[in-house]
Amino acid sequence: MDGFSLSDAPLDGARLRAALEAQGVGAVVCFEGRVRDHNDGRAVNGLSYQAYAVLAGAEGQKIVAEARQRYAVERIVCVHRTGDLALGEVAVWAGASAGHRAAAFDACRYVIDQVKARVPIWKREHYVDGDSEWLHPGSH
Amino acid sequence: MNYRLLYFASLSDAAGRAEETVASDARDARALYAELAARHGFKFTPERLRVAVNGAFTGWDRQLADNDEVVFLPPVSGG
Repeated sequence: MDGFSLSDAPLDGARLRAALEAQGVGAVVCFEGRVRDHNDGRAVNGLSYQAYAVLAGAEGQKIVAEARQRYAVERIVCVHRTGDLALGEVAVWAGASAGHRAAAFDACRYVIDQVKARVPIWKREHYVDGDSEWLHPGSH
Repeated sequence: MNYRLLYFASLSDAAGRAEETVASDARDARALYAELAARHGFKFTPERLRVAVNGAFTGWDRQLADNDEVVFLPPVSGG
């Protein structure tokens, strides 16, 4: 559980949070990225995520290792969904536990920011008007 | 040489497939992309893509070997 993984099933926040338990933990920070009902001025009614699983797993683990080096953390967990998601569903979950809050906040923020920027995962937005589109930042 | 290609997101839509094996005279990733972009109408310039060979990121000048798995990765949008 500790580290980065992909999941094609809904994420269980309580179970993921439990994986952050460790001796000496005084702070736990969790982030949930959820499917929003709009993007870029268009009404959205769902998302699909696709991953290049082998490389996504390796790059995600590399990010977690970087966070461990940078911050005094106990545990780091990050899971990204694949497949079709409905509005409000958790698309990505990231959490960090540490002795003190600063390291937990910093590590959680580092992991989610780097995962979004580097891990080979793509989202397809499904719009209320029936259209759908893969998002590739920088295309517009 | 034969290369195994995997396509993701809009590149998969443009190619009309998620994977294919191609016979090509291209010897590096840049030449192979140019060939496939022409064939499938890929709109991305190489500067906007990353390259992976056999499951690891690499550079455009990477020399390819027979049966390599090659992936051209469009800008990611996880999260």
